[in-house]
Amino acid sequence: MSDISSEAPSFITRFRESDLWYNFKRSPGAMIAAFLTFIIVFGAVFANFVAPHNPFDLATVDLFDGLLPPAWEADGKASYLLGTDDQGRDVFSTILYGSRISLIVGFASVGFAAVLGITVGLISGYAGGMVDSFLMRVADVQLSFPAILIALLIDGIARGIMPREVHDELAVYVLVVAIGLSFWVQYARTVRSSVLVERNKEYVQAGQVIGLPDWIILVRHILPNVMGPVLVIATIQLALAVITEATLSFLGVGVPPTSPSLGTLIRIGNDYLFSGEWWITIFPGVALVVLVLSVNILGDWLRDALNPKLR
Amino acid sequence: MSKELLDIKDLVVEFPSRHGDVIAAKDVNLTVAAGEILGVVGESGAGKSTIGNAVVGLLERPGRVGGGEVFLEGEQIIGKSQAELRKIRGKRIGMIFQDPLTSLNPLETIASQLIGTIQTHLGLSDAEARERAISLLDQVGIPDPSERVDHYPHQFSGGMRQRVVIALALCAEPDVILADEPTTALDVSIQAQILDLLKKLVREKGVGMIIITHDMGVIAEVADRVAVMYRGVVVETGPTAKILGNPDHPYSRSLISAVPRPDVRLHRFPVVESIEAAGECKELDLNTHWLGKARDFGKSDGPLLKVDNLEMVFKSGGMFGGGKSEVRAVDNVSFDIRDGECFGIVGESGSGKSTIARLVTSIYKVAGGSINFAGTDLTKIKKRRELNVHRRQMQMIFQDPFSSVNSRMKVRDIIAEPIRFHKLTSSEAETRQIVDDLLDHVGLGAKAAVKFPHEFSGGQRQRISIARALATRPRFLICDEPTSALDVSIQAQILNLLKDLQEELGLTMMFISHDLPVIRQMCDRVGVMSKGKMVEIADTEELFKAPQHEYSKHLISLMPSYSGLMDRDDGQAEAS
Repeated sequence: MSDISSEAPSFITRFRESDLWYNFKRSPGAMIAAFLTFIIVFGAVFANFVAPHNPFDLATVDLFDGLLPPAWEADGKASYLLGTDDQGRDVFSTILYGSRISLIVGFASVGFAAVLGITVGLISGYAGGMVDSFLMRVADVQLSFPAILIALLIDGIARGIMPREVHDELAVYVLVVAIGLSFWVQYARTVRSSVLVERNKEYVQAGQVIGLPDWIILVRHILPNVMGPVLVIATIQLALAVITEATLSFLGVGVPPTSPSLGTLIRIGNDYLFSGEWWITIFPGVALVVLVLSVNILGDWLRDALNPKLR
Repeated sequence: MSKELLDIKDLVVEFPSRHGDVIAAKDVNLTVAAGEILGVVGESGAGKSTIGNAVVGLLERPGRVGGGEVFLEGEQIIGKSQAELRKIRGKRIGMIFQDPLTSLNPLETIASQLIGTIQTHLGLSDAEARERAISLLDQVGIPDPSERVDHYPHQFSGGMRQRVVIALALCAEPDVILADEPTTALDVSIQAQILDLLKKLVREKGVGMIIITHDMGVIAEVADRVAVMYRGVVVETGPTAKILGNPDHPYSRSLISAVPRPDVRLHRFPVVESIEAAGECKELDLNTHWLGKARDFGKSDGPLLKVDNLEMVFKSGGMFGGGKSEVRAVDNVSFDIRDGECFGIVGESGSGKSTIARLVTSIYKVAGGSINFAGTDLTKIKKRRELNVHRRQMQMIFQDPFSSVNSRMKVRDIIAEPIRFHKLTSSEAETRQIVDDLLDHVGLGAKAAVKFPHEFSGGQRQRISIARALATRPRFLICDEPTSALDVSIQAQILNLLKDLQEELGLTMMFISHDLPVIRQMCDRVGVMSKGKMVEIADTEELFKAPQHEYSKHLISLMPSYSGLMDRDDGQAEAS
């Protein structure tokens, strides 16, 4: 029974009193994951200020500092904490700048996929009938190809129709579109099944009785009620998108080495792995694993926390 | 009475939570003797099911027994291990749950479920167990038991399934049967049969039975003694006639006075004490207030709503679905509703009454027939814009208060939405003022505007729903089972509110319900529906005194009679 006379609490108070926050404070795994994710995201966003060197400012890069091992090894220099690569770039700094590109591609492609998938799912679930059948068959066809293959295909087409310089410049956008287009299906399916449940609820009928047009009912009433599962998918897919970007870059079809992502760094370092310069590839690899694992753990926790049956 | 089979002493059940321990049951004392039916009655959250679950050790986590004792034939069973309790459950305490759909395993035949249970507890051979299963089905009144025993649950109707569940509970000849809302999921006609069966079995077999229910009708029908629960406490225990006719505790008194009477029409339900506080419904001067404006719809000559030969067919099976099937949900239905009256539609589940509401409000498209509202045939209008002119004049209140308001919107936005959409005010400030007034008027208070729906109880949410319906200044209000999800005391409040609003605003109402006593309290005329057809339309009093159609007679004969129901001392009964 609620107390009618009390004032409405602010958003922050509501969040602090919510079950989600309560649950979060009691799951050490989620807290560690959130902490690590925060560190990496913070470092990536403020790379300009955090990184000890700017690896892409050619004036500061000294070729004589090339292939230095990490600072704690015998030949290491204190100014290059995690060593340097073949061109004398600080590995720690390239990881920070690389995470930035990886995260930009990850967030943007997840956002692109989510917008596309949610739109298709809303229309499909609400319209039903032929429209629904058609859209869902398209989704089925797409699901029968591996996501990486579709991304490769789109990237290949982009390379084919653009001159090299233009492509290098637009590489990030091409990646975002490629990964986004291969990821939208899951959103569409999830949103559609939620819409099928929601559209039969009485609040939707109440909107119809008021006379609201379908798009207002969809956007104002149904959309906010199907966002819970979307949030969970988006978190898990963020990790997937970062991996996919890394894979594409590792295969050499991602971002160019002049503005490397984590995947590109791993590829560059891979050439030196067996000649003793292990740090060039291992550290970006560790950064990628920590980032993806943390985001995944957060996603899993979020899914369980939002699912009342598992509590 | 003979010896006490089950003796519950000072039982305390608590649920630890982040906001501290919640005491779900406090110092409960109950006894059941052989051949006796004890009714436990109370509203939702009163702790009645919790007691049943605590006795058999099936409390949902993190609930726990915080104290007290339970004796089964003199033997203490609180504190026994789960393994020992498993032997007690089924063998010595049989259980019947609410939903016959989920109490049976759909993948196994009735035979294998019954035989499995019988062999677990009695250790009979296959042939003997099968023999016993068939005789049990016979006892619970399933025809052709030797053949039906090999069928799957989906081949039985809901009522038949509940009989199978009862047979399952009787398998091992338990001493005590615990029935938790055994008839709530069933239609009235089936409910009567199941209750008769339970009564017969208890008398014949000399078992003790605890029947847990929110429904006074069920209690009046079967219970020998009644325990009334209120917020975890048994406030009163006594013989059924005493509790129904002359209860001592004020809560029992209010609860019983809130039960809609099937026999006399009252002007209002007596005010119920000890329930959630609803703010005073503030008076508005309708001559000057927005809500009273534009009541100049113009008197139509004929009836406000005239429905002729209405048809609705649900088709299933789609593009790749193959075999299509049709269900005739509404079959050639005609009726009309006069200006200012309350027209009731009554029928069992699946009779098509809610479908009619959705056809009239154009949520569903009609398959045939016409709907004339204030002289315009709504089925002929193609454009939404034209339809909205009429839609504004009719609004609907839904059954489920938890799904009929969008839980992601603030109450203010929920109620303001129709006002903003139809541009009924000239400024946002005016809209806000009107929302506040509406909230005051339905008894929630203007401060509710900034809250979200989840902060309100079912009854309060239904008030939000009513305020939203009023926000278009309608002349015609459709109520689709508006109180069937609510407790009886809240139901009385909501029905009073609806009556007041109808009177004050001169609303015409279509009131849909499966509950005959509620219909009798609310409606001027009633249409009786059965299987998509409207079989009889009559003035309410006429229908209840002298039903014409066979089906109406049948329905009315099933109403709980409440013989010796407490007389109300407030003298509000109208001569009818």
